[in-house]
Amino acid sequence: MAGVLVILEQRDGVLKKVSYEVVTAARSLADRLGTGVDAIAIGPMALDATGATRFGADEVVILADDHARLYQPHLYVRAVLERAKTKDYGIVLLSATALGKDLGPRLAARLGCPLAADVTDVGADDGIVVSRPVYAGKAVCRLKVVAPRCVISIRPNSVTPVEQSRTATLQHAVLGLDSEGPVARTASMKAPAEAKLDVAEASIVVSGGRGLKEPANFKLLEDLAQALGPAAVGASRAVVDAGWRVHGDQVGQTGKTVSPSLYFAIGISGAIQHLAGMRTAKVIVAINKDKDAPIFKVADYGIVGDLFEIVPRLTEEIKKVRAGA
Amino acid sequence: MKIAVCIKRVPDTETRIKIAADGRSIDESGVKFVLNPYDEYAVEEALRRKEAAGSGEVVVIALGPDAAQETIRTALAMGADRGVLLQADARVLDPSVIARALVAELRDGGYDLVLFGKLAIDDYHHAVGPMVAELLRLPCVSAAARLELGDGKATAEREVEGGVEVVEFPLPAVLTADKGLNEPRYPALKGIMAAKKKPLEVKPVTLEAGGLEVLELALPPERKPGRILGEGPGAVPALIRALRTEAKVL
Ligand SMILES: Cc1cc2nc3c(=O)[nH]c(=O)nc-3n(C[C@H](O)[C@H](O)[C@H](O)COP(=O)(O)OP(=O)(O)OC[C@H]3O[C@@H](n4cnc5c(N)ncnc54)[C@H](O)[C@@H]3O)c2cc1C
Ligand SMILES: Nc1ncnc2c1ncn2[C@@H]1O[C@H](COP(=O)(O)O)[C@@H](O)[C@H]1O
Repeated sequence: MAGVLVILEQRDGVLKKVSYEVVTAARSLADRLGTGVDAIAIGPMALDATGATRFGADEVVILADDHARLYQPHLYVRAVLERAKTKDYGIVLLSATALGKDLGPRLAARLGCPLAADVTDVGADDGIVVSRPVYAGKAVCRLKVVAPRCVISIRPNSVTPVEQSRTATLQHAVLGLDSEGPVARTASMKAPAEAKLDVAEASIVVSGGRGLKEPANFKLLEDLAQALGPAAVGASRAVVDAGWRVHGDQVGQTGKTVSPSLYFAIGISGAIQHLAGMRTAKVIVAINKDKDAPIFKVADYGIVGDLFEIVPRLTEEIKKVRAGA
Repeated sequence: MKIAVCIKRVPDTETRIKIAADGRSIDESGVKFVLNPYDEYAVEEALRRKEAAGSGEVVVIALGPDAAQETIRTALAMGADRGVLLQADARVLDPSVIARALVAELRDGGYDLVLFGKLAIDDYHHAVGPMVAELLRLPCVSAAARLELGDGKATAEREVEGGVEVVEFPLPAVLTADKGLNEPRYPALKGIMAAKKKPLEVKPVTLEAGGLEVLELALPPERKPGRILGEGPGAVPALIRALRTEAKVL
């Protein structure tokens, strides 16, 4: 049986949590298919990939070069194609992050195989079967892979990383830097003024909408997020369009799709396009002064009332809980 | 500046999805179809680049059913010069099939730029643009929210987790458009009238079957009915309790 190849993702030389999610998914697939899991990590010389060895890979190969500190699509494509020449991989697995959403289709095109993009579930049962949300999460499509090979990207936060007793061997190999023909190169990365957690990656998201009244009031949500920490602050499109928050914070059909374990919708009405982006959250809490707001139809827990009174109180109580009360 | 823009006809974002009797597709009755919102950014960008260059051509290409002619007319009304419909009725859920069909049309087109939306809001692949780029061996930036064109050299920015990547690439190239790239124009009445006379070529195509087979399309599992825990700040302790003991997320 052809093996499973996992592509790990790093930032600043440290593997991201999504890498462990993908290795975990790969292991359970490989066990059912009776095959092995190889992983490759591409990054700067200082890349530390030891973490990946504990989640069920058989072999972790590190391809390090300081040119690969940032994501360089052509280097990744090259590395995977070279690898696929030496060994038969039936499945290439990666996370549907900004990197994975760019790399997955490139690899599928070059390997001449289909891409199952942004799946929330992957299983092997008389073949590989995946589930992927479509129509912005308004429907879920179950697809069977009917090709000998497939690239699959997994939506962040849809797999819980599980440590395994097996430990992978760690190897270093050379990252070929040459490229055929003209390519796009990532020249630099502009970091935001302060490092912040991305809504698509956070396991807790606190989102605010027009009910916040003005941009400065998002401080209330920043404080709540801090108390919950690590949590990200998200936004409805109404406040992004008004320029209160940056586009990267927008949750919904034309923003980001998030699947955190806990989602707060505060002063958000719950328009169909917003729900599309967050309905797969495990637990949804809504705070809204309008008891008929549609958000309450999807929320697990709701409080009706003025957010300006409720949120500060909530932050205080969370702090007490976190302090170990 | 010769620019191609690949555009898709998709259900409007307001659409409430109903599953068709076959259990594998949506019931399209009563559904309003629009130009994919991200493709609007791509069309707008193409028009601006052509306007800035002072000459050139913007060609819009859609793969889809006959009704996608309407989508093409929308882009023509915005200002594109001509349209091509790759007519196929089958809905294929393997983006590589769509990419290959578009590549056959694009390959010998002599385009300086080939633009896409970053994502089609129906299938949600986020894939067709970069696939086409790899098949054509062209440099590609996906999900670009900024583009600067210099002399044969271009710079684009794309938002990623924790920052913005600045990408440099030569032309010809493929770019997929994210929100923020520009503010798309609305077709003016004059544009709508003019669009009716612009060339729209219809080419029937036969799509490959693809490597993914739809087993089922279903509505997402209903969320369990939730509870209103109370009114005002007094309900906060009940919420904390529910999150800790019932949901176990705190
Ligand atoms: C093509 C398209 C794409 C879209 N994509 C998205 C998307 O990706 N994401 C998205 O979010 N939207 C999207 N929208 C917009 C969407 O339709 C809604 O307009 C938007 O989500 C509304 O934002 P909101 O809930 O913040 O504002 P509103 O709908 O105005 O709701 C504000 C809420 O705050 C409550 N409120 C007011 N004051 C208080 C208070 N003091 N305390 C408590 N509650 C209070 C009100 O009761 C109300 O429910 C899209 C629309 C279109 C047409
Ligand atoms: N059927 C199609 N016809 C023309 N362009 C398409 C089609 N499907 C996808 N595209 C283009 O590819 C982009 C990304 O689509 P997707 O990869 O399906 O999310 C879209 O925004 C369009 O620009």
